Amino acid sequence: MRTIEQTTQEILDLASKHFNVPAGTLSPDDDFFRKLGIDSLQTLEMLSHLENHFGIELPDYEVQGVSDFRTLASRIQSRL
Amino acid sequence: MLNLANYPSIGAALKDALDQFASEVCLIESDREREKERLTYRDFQQRAHPLARALQDSGFKAGDRAAIIMTNQSKWLISAYAIFYAGGVLVPLDYKLTSTEHWQLLQHSGVTRLVTEFPIWRQLAASPVPGTVSNLVTILVTEAPPNADLSGAQRWEEFRTEASPAFVPRTRKDPATIVYSSGTGGRPKGCVMTHENYLEQCVALTSLYPFAPGFRYLSILPTNHAIDFMVGFFGPFICGATVVHLRTLRPEFVREAFTKYKITYVSLVPLVLKNLQKGLQARFDELPARKRRVFDALVAINKTFTKSRPRLGLSRRLLRQVHDNFGGELQAIIVGGAFTEPQTLQFFYDLGIPVANGYGLTEAGTAITVNDLHPFRADTVGKPLPGMEVRVVDPDADGIGQVTVRSKTVMSGYLNEPELTAEAIVDGWLMTGDLGRFDRDGHLQLFGRKKNMIVTEEGKNIYPEDIEAVFDSLPVKEFCVFAANYVWPQRSMVGEQLVLVIHFEPGQTLTEELRRDIVLRNGRLLNYKRVHGILVFDEDFPRTASLKIKRSVLAERLAQLDRSKAVQSL
Repeated sequence: MRTIEQTTQEILDLASKHFNVPAGTLSPDDDFFRKLGIDSLQTLEMLSHLENHFGIELPDYEVQGVSDFRTLASRIQSRL
Repeated sequence: MLNLANYPSIGAALKDALDQFASEVCLIESDREREKERLTYRDFQQRAHPLARALQDSGFKAGDRAAIIMTNQSKWLISAYAIFYAGGVLVPLDYKLTSTEHWQLLQHSGVTRLVTEFPIWRQLAASPVPGTVSNLVTILVTEAPPNADLSGAQRWEEFRTEASPAFVPRTRKDPATIVYSSGTGGRPKGCVMTHENYLEQCVALTSLYPFAPGFRYLSILPTNHAIDFMVGFFGPFICGATVVHLRTLRPEFVREAFTKYKITYVSLVPLVLKNLQKGLQARFDELPARKRRVFDALVAINKTFTKSRPRLGLSRRLLRQVHDNFGGELQAIIVGGAFTEPQTLQFFYDLGIPVANGYGLTEAGTAITVNDLHPFRADTVGKPLPGMEVRVVDPDADGIGQVTVRSKTVMSGYLNEPELTAEAIVDGWLMTGDLGRFDRDGHLQLFGRKKNMIVTEEGKNIYPEDIEAVFDSLPVKEFCVFAANYVWPQRSMVGEQLVLVIHFEPGQTLTEELRRDIVLRNGRLLNYKRVHGILVFDEDFPRTASLKIKRSVLAERLAQLDRSKAVQSL
C-alpha cells in the first residue's frame, strides 16, 4: 500500500511527464490548471492517465472543484 | 413530432409524448464501458409518476419551485418531468458551482424542493449556509450509499408513491423555469422562462434540425444549460428520439459513445470542438505522404460538392474513416454557449460534418440565429430563427450596433430584479449587449460586446462583479475587475480576458508579496473565472454619491491607456 506521500509524488511525476514540464518543478500545493497551463478538458485526460496508472476509477464528482495536486492525491489515495 | 401549437405547457407536451412514443427508447445512460440504464418512454413514465405523486403528497403544488443540481443522467430528466407534471417551476443549477454559490442561488430562487446527487449534497451539507434557506422543505439525494449520513435529506429512490399523480395544467404565460444566466455575486440573474418561451423555441429549432424516433442525441453539455435543456431533453422527447447520457466525460468515453450509439446530434462548446479538431488534425498529419495526398484530394472533392448545401451521404462515402469515427450517422454538431472561431467550423464542414453554429443567450430562450447550412457560412452566426425579430440598433459608421431581439421566446424578466429587467427589455426588445451587423444575405456577424462580461470557450458567462468578492480586503486603496474587451474593444469574440485594476495607497507599489496574495486569491476562483492580468491605475476611481464605482466612466479612462503596456500578466 502506497503512502499519501508516494501517491502525491507519483502524480507529480506523471503530470510532469505527460505535459512536458521539467521534473522537480511541480509541488503538491501547485494549482495544476495554472502550473501546467491546462484547461478542463486536458485535466480530464490527465485523470484518465492517473486512473490507468493507479488502477482505480475516479468518478468525475470526486475531482469536481479540485485544482491542486495535494487534494487530488488524497482523493486518489482514498480509492487505493 | 407533436404539434406544439396545441399545447399550453412543457408538462402537457411531455405527457402526451410519453404516451405517443411509449415503446421507443428515450434514455440510455452509460458509465464508462457499462450501460447503466436503457429506458423506453413507458419506463420513463413509470419512474416519473411515483415521484410526481410523492411530491404532491409532500404539499408541492402549482407554481412551487424545485431545484435540480445534478450531472447529466436519467434521474435529472425524470425529476424535471415530475416537477412539470405537478405544475412546478424548475430551477436547474450548474453542478459545477461551489457549495457557497449553490446555497446563494437556492436562497435567491426561493425553491422549496431540491433534487441532487449524494456527493454534491455531502459537500452542500458540510458548507456553511449563508443566511437561511428556510423555505427548503424536501431534499432528495440520488445514489446515496447504504448507511450514509443524509443530513436531513431523503433518498430519491425511496421517495415515491405508487398511486397516480394528478396532472396539474399550466398556461403558456406561467413560469416554467428560472435559469441563472450568470451571477452568484452581487445580483444573481435568474431568467424567468415561460412555457411559451420553450414551446416557441422548440418549434423554431426543430424546423431546421428535426428529431425523430431512432435519432440519438449525445447529451454532454450540462442539462441546466439552456442549449442542452432544449436539444437534450424537450426537443428530442417531443419527437420520440433517444437521449444518451454519459456518467463520465473523459474524452475516451465520449469518443466511444459516438460509435457505440451511432449518435445523430451532439452539442458541444467551442473548447471541446477545438479539442476534437486538434486530435483529428494530428491524425491527418501523421498520414504517410501518399495517403495524405489521397485524403486531401477527397476533402477537396467533398468541398466542391458541398459548397451550396451539405450532402451527408456523399461525404460519408468519400471520407468514410472520418465519419466512422463519429459513428457514421452524425447529422450535425450543434455548437454553442460561446463564440466559435470560423476556421474550426470550416474544418469540420470541409470533412462533411455540418456544424450548426448559432448565437443566443439564455434571456432570449436559447438560440436567436442559427446557420441553416444553405449554404454553410463559417464567418457568421447564421440567420434569425423563425419567429425571431432581430434588429441592430445605434449602428456606427461600419453598420455595427447593439443586437436586439423581440420574440415569444424572450424571458419574462429577471427574478426579483425589476430594474435589471427594465434595462434588459426595452419596449419589448431584449438588449443583448452584443455588437453585430447583418450582411447582404441576412446573416448576422458579431463584433464584440457592449457589456462588461466575458464568455469562456466552455460557454460560461462571467461578470466581473461576481468574482470581485475574492479580492475583498486586498491591501490596496481600491480595486475592480473589468472584461478587457469591454475597456479596449477588439471587434472580436475570442480570447476574452479579465483584468484586475488596482489603485494603490500613496507610496505603495506592486511588491512580490502583494502579487503572491493576488495569485493566491485568484486561485480560489474556479479556473475559468480567474483574472488574467493586473493593471495599476494611479487615479482615484470615479464613484457615485453612494460610493459605488462608476464602471463605465472608469472604463473610459482606462481605455486611454495602451493595453499592451498597461496590463501585466498574472
